[in-house]
Amino acid sequence: MSTEKKPLEKVCLICAKGSLEDVYASLVMANGAVMEGIETNVFFTFFGLDGITKKAMNHLHTATTGNPAMRMPGGLPFPTMLGGLPGVESAVSGMMRKQMEALDMPPVDEFLEMITAGGGKIYACKLAIDMFKLKKEDLSDEVSDIITIGEFYEMCDGDRTQIIFT
Amino acid sequence: MSVKTIAGVAVNVSEDGYLEDMNQWNEEIAKEIASEIGIELTPKHFEVLNYLREKTKAKESLTIRGVGKSGIVDIKELYKLFPKGPLKFSSKIAGIPKPTSCI
Repeated sequence: MSTEKKPLEKVCLICAKGSLEDVYASLVMANGAVMEGIETNVFFTFFGLDGITKKAMNHLHTATTGNPAMRMPGGLPFPTMLGGLPGVESAVSGMMRKQMEALDMPPVDEFLEMITAGGGKIYACKLAIDMFKLKKEDLSDEVSDIITIGEFYEMCDGDRTQIIFT
Repeated sequence: MSVKTIAGVAVNVSEDGYLEDMNQWNEEIAKEIASEIGIELTPKHFEVLNYLREKTKAKESLTIRGVGKSGIVDIKELYKLFPKGPLKFSSKIAGIPKPTSCI
């Protein structure tokens, strides 16, 4: 039996959801891979496109209704009725972003820059771009290209490659 | 923990090859660890290494974002200086513990 280590060589992430936690999960994993010297491609699709759309990317929200893990400061359960009131989601999301900033987690635009600074590549899904009627200029400058899922799969070759869907 | 001789000095290193005691570090040790990784150190490298050592001494947590805002290098330059391991390799060469940050 061989004990030779076979480190990951490439990570391909697909981000299909646009909530704060979903986009950050993809960004943290992508940046972490780049920092480990792993080739990294990230594909943003469907609501995940909010994570690379200039207008939306720095104002992502976390769901305050339908989110059973949501707690009040102090740990008490967060009443669903309260979560539905106007402005609550926005305020909670703002608080969350502040806490993340305190841990040196950058805003989305800066996070994307960090990933591309290390050689990571960011792509947008063509089908979703057409569906949401977006254009290349609506997207962050860090986005390399708008491509099809087929083209993305072509980038996922190699036997030490993992595809991660968030 | 094991003892390894680097640049003629016996130092304690972790399983991953990080110095256990940052006070055992000197520039010759840095050069030897760097050459093992395949990096030739320049004065710019040492500026980053000294910054990392100061922050570690002050018990501040290290992130590449922090280094990028240090005024010494931006993140792109940091990757150029320490390819494929901007925080990992720089920490190893700086004689400080393996980074525990995810960012």
